[in-house]
Amino acid sequence: MSNFAIVPGLAYGSQLALGALGVTLVYGVLRFSNFAHGEIMSFGAMVTILVTWALQARGINLGPLPTALLALPVGIAITIGLCLVTDRLVYRYYRQTKTQPVTYLIVSVGVMFFLGGLIRFIIGPNDQVFNDGTRFIMKASAFKEMTGLNQGLAIKASQSITVVTAVIIVCVLFWFLNKTRAGKSMRAYSDNEDLALLSGINPERVVMITWIITGALACIAGTLYGLDKSYKPFTFLQLLLPIFASAIVGGIGNPFGAIAGGFVIAFSELFVTFAYKKVLAYLLPIGFAPDGLVQLLSTDYKFSVSFMILVIVLLIKPTGLFSGRAL
Amino acid sequence: MTPRAKHLSLFSMMLLLLIMVGLLQSWNVALTILNLCLISAIMTLGVNIQWGYAGLFNAGVMGFTALGGLAAVIVSVPAVPEAWQAGGSRTMLGLCFGGISIGIAVVTWLKTANWGKNRYWLTGAVVAAGYAVMRVTVDPGIAAIEAVEPAKTGFLGGFGFPILFAWLVGGAFAAGAAWVVGKIALGLRSDYLAIATLGISEIIIYFLKNEDWLTRGVKNVNGLPRPVPYEIDLQSAVWIQTWAERLGIPVIEASSIVVKLSYAALFLSVLLVVFWLSETALKSPWGRMMRAIRDNEIAASAMGKDITWRHLQVFVLGSAVVGIAGAMLTTLDGQFTPASYQPLRFTFLIWVMVIVGGSGNNLGAVIGGFVIWFFWIEAEPIGLALMDLITAGMDTDSALRHHLMENAAHMRLMTMGLVLLLALRFAPQGLIPEGKR
Repeated sequence: MSNFAIVPGLAYGSQLALGALGVTLVYGVLRFSNFAHGEIMSFGAMVTILVTWALQARGINLGPLPTALLALPVGIAITIGLCLVTDRLVYRYYRQTKTQPVTYLIVSVGVMFFLGGLIRFIIGPNDQVFNDGTRFIMKASAFKEMTGLNQGLAIKASQSITVVTAVIIVCVLFWFLNKTRAGKSMRAYSDNEDLALLSGINPERVVMITWIITGALACIAGTLYGLDKSYKPFTFLQLLLPIFASAIVGGIGNPFGAIAGGFVIAFSELFVTFAYKKVLAYLLPIGFAPDGLVQLLSTDYKFSVSFMILVIVLLIKPTGLFSGRAL
Repeated sequence: MTPRAKHLSLFSMMLLLLIMVGLLQSWNVALTILNLCLISAIMTLGVNIQWGYAGLFNAGVMGFTALGGLAAVIVSVPAVPEAWQAGGSRTMLGLCFGGISIGIAVVTWLKTANWGKNRYWLTGAVVAAGYAVMRVTVDPGIAAIEAVEPAKTGFLGGFGFPILFAWLVGGAFAAGAAWVVGKIALGLRSDYLAIATLGISEIIIYFLKNEDWLTRGVKNVNGLPRPVPYEIDLQSAVWIQTWAERLGIPVIEASSIVVKLSYAALFLSVLLVVFWLSETALKSPWGRMMRAIRDNEIAASAMGKDITWRHLQVFVLGSAVVGIAGAMLTTLDGQFTPASYQPLRFTFLIWVMVIVGGSGNNLGAVIGGFVIWFFWIEAEPIGLALMDLITAGMDTDSALRHHLMENAAHMRLMTMGLVLLLALRFAPQGLIPEGKR
């Protein structure tokens, strides 16, 4: 059970949480749902891949760890640059003219189109595998020998890297938001714009910091997702829905909620589509083991689970589990 | 320039472009583009009803289009009696159970408003029990249906009615789905509707891809009946042969041009009807009320208008129009391929059309559909030619040149993004602005 649900759930949940954090920050400060977020993630992952290839060509690697980790800082820097440039060229105008949120949303669709085209133009629409580290840190057979249990447990290296990175990032982010001046000014601006302006907070600076954090988070989330699965430009558009769902389920505009939402979505996706055959075979008396896979929902409907949860939360508690901003 | 002259010049320029394609490439290509332009125009009219009249952002155009396609399959394909015999009744019974349990769940939810926390548990239990009953009944039926000659059929088939009838059914399907989505997401903030519709459209596509008993899934349904004659039959007709001879073109080409022209006539008549209806609605008191709600919800609700209900109404209407266009698209293709529905192509491209054309103005929506579709198709040859020109100085076997040429097709996504951004920034009113009334 832990093999196919808990470990991947943790990894997938961390990826969603990092993505949702970006969406939620942009929502909190800039007050719109950023449809281009998936493509920003994709862009970050793409830059990291290109740098990884360059490093690999020079024979530089990190031993058992994937080379992509070495390339990640460059990817983050370029993604941040991209976010700042789009803000300067595109979003700033609408901020100055105080446009409605829904116009922002359409603008972000335009950005999504442009980035999507750019990414496919640079790297092509195909699958790219760039994980060159060790594949498993614990193999199923090794686990059996160690514990003497008759079921194996395998942990992929990329999964543990994902979880560890996510924990570090989240700690740094919360330290930043709660302890530093810049982080506090960001939260103040997100809570009450007018009051923040009155107390002398520079809105352009807050927006800039937000984009920097968003770019970094998006690049890390995209790279981790690419390491864990593989990198395909079009999957990031599909990831948008679970990411939005995570942000809203946790309470949009609330960073803590985004993380919780990410894990809620990831685990429910896995548990609902999990094949309970083996579990039931253990629990039920011998001879009663079911014939089918006993899935609540076939695996293909994974994405619909996030939507179901979204709908339930919208109907019952529109502010989300952790009471973010009511939409 | 008066508005009327401007509209006229825009449309004649569009016509000129199509004629140029006809002369430079071939008339077949020009007519293919024209047919899809017409369908796109109907879709943009549908989206314009939602966005231009009421300011609702629907990010699920793809889903409604696909539902229209599903209608084309269900209405027109002949039934598969073996499959019905194998598991039809069982599946239908299971689906009835599913429907009944949804009904019971809704009633439970409504009747237990003051039960506190127990309300959630009770409703949840009803849903879970209903789902279990449905799955137990349906699963063997579906397995039996899909086992019937999976290479050829493996699905229930449809009713075998004329496919034109499917255009209306497609509208009805889309309207039904829109009603459910609207009930959930309308009344909350605008972003929620966008995300909810994005979600429902993805789910519709997953459903169509995976429920093989209904749609054959990724195995596709080919050879849908057509509302117009087949090329092969035309080629043996005498009048085609004389016409082809007189015009000096091969008979095969002449027959396919005739087929495409008859499609174009069908689509054009639907476009005109939808256009006339939406213009009339826009000019009526109902249209005035919708604009009042869009421009100032609070004031409109103070005047006693039921905002949520009106939004639901307009959302359902717009989605129905999109569904009709979806059924027409599947009719034109002659096949239903669930895997071909991509959000960029079927949702966001339609949005570019509406914004560029001019939101709130039906004529604008139509011209937007024409222009954007034209450049979406022609961007590929133009982009290739451009790349060829840019890279002409490079070595023929240079890796960069090769890469650029290979990926030139993706330029059109970038171009569309750029067009949308530029339109929003410098001409937010679009090609044909809404204008004062």
